Amino acid sequence: MVTTSDRQTAAEAVTAHERILTYAQALNEALREEMRRDPTVFVMGEDVAAWGGGGVFAVTRGLAEEFGTERVRDTPISEEAIVAVAVGAAASGSRPVAELMYVDFVGLAMEPLVNQAAKLRYMFGGKVSVPMVLRTQQGAGRGNAAQHSQSLEAWFCHVPGLKVVTPSTPADAKGLLVSAIRDDNPVVFLEHKLLYGTKGHVPAGAYTIPLGVADVKRPGRHITVVGVHMMVLKALQAADQLAEEGIELEVIDPRTLVPLDEATIVESVKKTGRLIVTHEAATRGGYGAEIVARVVELAFDYLDAPPVRVCAKDVPIPYSAVLEEAALPQVTDLVTAARALMHDEV
Amino acid sequence: MHRYHPVVATPLTDVPASLGADGVRRLYRLMLLTRLLDERLWIVVRQGKAHFVLTGRGHEAAQCASALAVHAGSDWVYTYYRSLGAAIALGFTPYEIFLGVLGKAADPISGARQLPNHFSSRRLRTPTVSSSVATQIPHAVGTAWATHLRGEPVATLCYFGEGATSKGEFHEALNVAGLHRLPVVFFCENNGWAISVPLAEQVAGGSVAARAAGYGMPGVLVDGLDPLAVYQATDEALRRARRGDGPTLIEATCLRLTPHSSDDSDAYRSDDERAALAARDPLPAFRDRLLAAGLIAPDEPERWTDEFRASLLADQDRADALPPPTAERARRWLYQEPR
Repeated sequence: MVTTSDRQTAAEAVTAHERILTYAQALNEALREEMRRDPTVFVMGEDVAAWGGGGVFAVTRGLAEEFGTERVRDTPISEEAIVAVAVGAAASGSRPVAELMYVDFVGLAMEPLVNQAAKLRYMFGGKVSVPMVLRTQQGAGRGNAAQHSQSLEAWFCHVPGLKVVTPSTPADAKGLLVSAIRDDNPVVFLEHKLLYGTKGHVPAGAYTIPLGVADVKRPGRHITVVGVHMMVLKALQAADQLAEEGIELEVIDPRTLVPLDEATIVESVKKTGRLIVTHEAATRGGYGAEIVARVVELAFDYLDAPPVRVCAKDVPIPYSAVLEEAALPQVTDLVTAARALMHDEV
Repeated sequence: MHRYHPVVATPLTDVPASLGADGVRRLYRLMLLTRLLDERLWIVVRQGKAHFVLTGRGHEAAQCASALAVHAGSDWVYTYYRSLGAAIALGFTPYEIFLGVLGKAADPISGARQLPNHFSSRRLRTPTVSSSVATQIPHAVGTAWATHLRGEPVATLCYFGEGATSKGEFHEALNVAGLHRLPVVFFCENNGWAISVPLAEQVAGGSVAARAAGYGMPGVLVDGLDPLAVYQATDEALRRARRGDGPTLIEATCLRLTPHSSDDSDAYRSDDERAALAARDPLPAFRDRLLAAGLIAPDEPERWTDEFRASLLADQDRADALPPPTAERARRWLYQEPR
């Protein structure tokens, strides 16, 4: 379980050697440093080596140059093979970081991920571990339409045996990816396509952010907002707007959904008495419902109003910019929901 | 494995009878229209009017010629995201394409839900394209199975690239089709590149057509830069399928003269490589053959180019004047309502 000292360690690391990097550069640094540190770490996926020097989102840029195309392997378009090969390599002593270019392609890789990676250790009576990372990116907002824009984190969270990571800042991305690679369990590491270009302070050198430690991105007294990926950024924008009218949001990024730092969320709700959960995944069956359930179980008596979900509509993500915007939760939706909560309009 | 002759060895005196001289002229015009539309679509993206484009420049001969062998509206056709030429030859209009690319409510494919150039039409028996690679291959086998069970004398043509042959769906689908001798033609457009991954790192053994032998069907390698060879190979395979003689796998070698898509830098190929590909462009090669054979008049290529360019601009402007869909319609078409 996570301790207060873990939290301080991560926070101190972030202030030690600050440099401005993009989210993609921070991920790249984590991969590079772990590959230097541990010769059993290798990278495989579609277009991870040759494309633009590495990866269609530049996350693996320069890695093939430094480590060679044996350890940074362009694969055929074979998602099941990519993930299943990683399972086999991990179960026999290596630490593969497999990449799916889009999370939307994971359907074909669910057998090796769900029935194999997640369960091998359990079914082998603890005689094997599967220290693999499946990196992929999700999310909408780029006009990529229904088969390239989904947010599928809830699928993975529902499978016992997998860990699920969803960083929203460059510093978190690096520290969490290092932890994911060093973790002895299969970790689904979900990035967001619109976050790759975002910038932030990233410490130099190796540091880890433990899996299972949430981060309070902005403290506030009135409403707890738990967001995933882009919705953390949108919640911070909403908080700026609402501050002008005296409404304070406390914005929490759980950073890892499995394991979930429910203590940080519950403590916040005990203070604010109000909860909004927000993600780009469809509302129905989304991970927000899990967070609401935990808060209701653990802090029901502290709630002043029913929790609210500000999530995507239950519809495929459309190509049209007008329709895509309508399908996704926006800053204005958060602002409207927060005002309603404060004025007992729910 | 049957190997068709390359361009130079296919004299124009061998124009397939079912195509004829008028068909050859039409084929060239379709290839030219496809090319000019392709160029226009990349401009539309550069103008900021669309998010994204993905076309088949260098595939026009393979796409237009194979689609002309289809009995449009009777045979079923599964296209893929690079199939602009097949779509145009089947009967999609540039105006319809612009409506989709520009994200208009009137887009007949999906009212701007689906990505551009993800063609679908009930009239043309063309189910929607998947952005996920290779998913259409087993669907095509299912369609062939259904038409076979219903006793319909039609074929199903299924397009995909060589990258798709690395997917489990390709292998599972061909096995089922081969086992049951289903009326389906698998048409692989092999341009040698799956985004940045070259054929040598994609297809073990290097040949798509050779894989047919393992699935109990003929494998045909055809020069995809030679429209008449492509027409002949596809026509024969579709006829075999329609008369109940089973499936065929055709591999047509093509060129990818553009980046994979407008999101791709193409930096993994050198200028020399791209120049070498451009020198083999099937469009001027076919034009010169037709001019030499007297099948088109010397002034026609330029005149047709001017006419097409003007009509494409008019189509784009007409489409661009229309409104996008309205936000409250985002849920439309999610479920079939009771009828």
